Amino acid sequence: MTQSDVAAPMTPRNDVGAEAVIVAKDVNKWYDNGFHVLKGVSMNVYKGEVVVVMGPSGSGKSTFIRTFNALEPYQEGSIEIDGVLIANDLKDIEAVRREVGMVFQQFNLFPHLTVLQNVTLAPIWVRRWPKAKAEEIAMRLLDRVGIAEQAYKFPGQMSGGQQQRVAIARSLAMQPKVMLFDEPTSALDPEMVREVLDVMRNLAKDGMTMVCVTHEVGFAREVADRVVLMDGGVLVEENTPDKFFSNPKEERSKAFLSQIL
Amino acid sequence: MTTSSRPIERGAPRVQSTGPIAWSQKHLFNSVFNSILTVVLVGIIGYALVNMLVWAFTQAPWAVVTENFAQFMAGLYPSTSFWRLWAIFGIVLTLAGLSWGILARNQKQLFTVPVLVGFGVAALLLLVLPMTRPYLLYSLGGLALLAVGAVGGQRIGHQAPGAGKLISGGWFLSYFVVLYLLGGDTFTDSLLYGVVFQIGLGLLAGWQLSSRLTIPVVTQWLGRLALLAIGFVLGYYVLGNILYPVLVGIGLSYPLFLWLMRLVGVLIGVALIWTFSGQQTLEGVGKAALFFIGFALVYGLMGWLPTQLGLEFGLTTVRTNSWGGLILTLFLAISGIALCFPAGVLLALGRRSKLPLIRAFSVAYIELVRGVPLIAILFMGQVLIPLFLPEGMRPDSVVRAIIGLTIFSAAYLAENVRAGLQSVPQGQTEAGQSLGLNKPLTTVLIVLPQALKTAIPAIVGQFISLFQDTTLLGIVGLLELLGMTRNLLASPKYLGDYAPAYVFIGAIYWIFCYGMSYGSRRVEEALNTDLR
Repeated sequence: MTQSDVAAPMTPRNDVGAEAVIVAKDVNKWYDNGFHVLKGVSMNVYKGEVVVVMGPSGSGKSTFIRTFNALEPYQEGSIEIDGVLIANDLKDIEAVRREVGMVFQQFNLFPHLTVLQNVTLAPIWVRRWPKAKAEEIAMRLLDRVGIAEQAYKFPGQMSGGQQQRVAIARSLAMQPKVMLFDEPTSALDPEMVREVLDVMRNLAKDGMTMVCVTHEVGFAREVADRVVLMDGGVLVEENTPDKFFSNPKEERSKAFLSQIL
Repeated sequence: MTTSSRPIERGAPRVQSTGPIAWSQKHLFNSVFNSILTVVLVGIIGYALVNMLVWAFTQAPWAVVTENFAQFMAGLYPSTSFWRLWAIFGIVLTLAGLSWGILARNQKQLFTVPVLVGFGVAALLLLVLPMTRPYLLYSLGGLALLAVGAVGGQRIGHQAPGAGKLISGGWFLSYFVVLYLLGGDTFTDSLLYGVVFQIGLGLLAGWQLSSRLTIPVVTQWLGRLALLAIGFVLGYYVLGNILYPVLVGIGLSYPLFLWLMRLVGVLIGVALIWTFSGQQTLEGVGKAALFFIGFALVYGLMGWLPTQLGLEFGLTTVRTNSWGGLILTLFLAISGIALCFPAGVLLALGRRSKLPLIRAFSVAYIELVRGVPLIAILFMGQVLIPLFLPEGMRPDSVVRAIIGLTIFSAAYLAENVRAGLQSVPQGQTEAGQSLGLNKPLTTVLIVLPQALKTAIPAIVGQFISLFQDTTLLGIVGLLELLGMTRNLLASPKYLGDYAPAYVFIGAIYWIFCYGMSYGSRRVEEALNTDLR
């Protein structure tokens, strides 16, 4: 039984014919204290697409994208990543995590390792690449995000923007199929936001499938294929960026946009 | 906040006067009251100091120390075998020198002024003190080894990047060399030898064999072979023994019966291979078989070696009841530290585990041990265990002491490590998981290094108190440094000479404890990766 036998005919495609990488159906999640944080959210993300998720704080948008690599468990519904269902099977979860990169608001670099070690850690231990190969690829990635010359520094010696770019390189080193960005610029000083967004822009240009939770309207306008608004654990509106920012369908979206624009 | 009403002072900053006079004016005599306080305190301290020095140089009966220096250091260790202790001294100092050199490989100047002063003071003390004079050649030789080792270590550290691992391995091996030197040939039939060399190395060999040899074809065939062997054992031996009375009872001849059972065994084996034909299962069984093979080979080899070779090493046995003094104190402390550290880390991880059984065990262990005073545990080890166990099964009294210290310290260490684990932010684990690292790898590669780094001061504090706690063993009858001292002071010749003896061993304890805390500070500095 191979994956393609089962999953291929089921995999939804969008109007340009790209396969869905993430298929979330009717996802429900309750916190341990009983709070219903995701109320039946469905969303597909297709290959090569950039989806920006927006919404007020507490709307469940971070929680939602964290279910895509099983950092948050969900109770009802289904999430398939590249045909693999995220359920209780630890093997499946680890397989999914190998293919899904994640960038956090607080960078979460490993402070006890150098930048290069941060980037090569997972390729060496998870992909079982030889050290030389992992380092070569890591240096290429660090060059791509513009910090190759700082490879032997520790994260604590770098600025926030530099750290976030290292974090992006670290995720890319696993050669993921999808990248998740959980408010990647929210913890940065304003002058450093740009350098991180530039890296993300280039990534999108190179065809990476991305899901970004962000409040950067400029970024969403320019890069996103779709913008999604979440509020109160519900997916309120799904639209192209042009229409979303100029002429949203829902009243809730208008209210939200009036707050941030 | 109000804006500053004072004008901003411009121009050159105020000149800071320096020097001892300016310093004391600023810190000791900056007001009338403080000046009086300074004078009074200096008077009291000076008076005490003078009295102490007068006592130390004119009145103190140092004979108790100078005449029994060997006992303080080595207890009742036979003097004909002292060369073994010197060999240990040499090994340890050489390794210490090498480690120091490797750690300081990037320093330009190894022998800085403070280091040279330290060497000078040590050499001067060895020369001047009356008790060390008989051993001048050895003790100064030890200092030389330390220095030479440091220079060599720096060279090695520059040329071989893996030297750090090598030296850790060297320390590990040296422990057993030291054990052999100390105990002579009894070491090879001791419990410790069995646990460490037979079981420990056996497990290591099995693990290495099963994790390194991962050619699927080989492991699968080994798996089939193992299944066949299991089936054969089941059929031929187990079933054969059960069926023997029945089948021979109905008139089957013995050779025929044996052949029948062999056939049955092979058939069961084939059936097993048939049932477990999945590739993954077969590989799993093959790996288990490899593990077992590696373990059995090494276990057997290490059991066979000493009986074949061990007695020819020719070191006379020195039973542990003649071990004593500083040597025993250090041996107890180092063994306890080496054992309680991994145990404590495992307990701390166990206490945070999601598996209820492991968590319950860890919590119960930690809380139980922390509720019992150390002296009770040591008494239990020294007095009660011999009552419960028959003569041949009693572990050696030194082993019992080490086990007692380990049991006790592991519980406290676990709490220190747990505090460290809790200080690692959740985001670190999430980052590890999001990269596809599994739980054990995340713990070992990401969480533990950070947790241990934060916990270094607390952990070293626990090590220091373990070192000091070895004195309690003097009370339960071991002749470690304090026990030996009490023993000496009990002799009528030195009646009442408490002060010099206790001052002397107090100084020894202080040197080692201060050394540990100094070392921990240096390690902390070396591991600090923030904003260098």
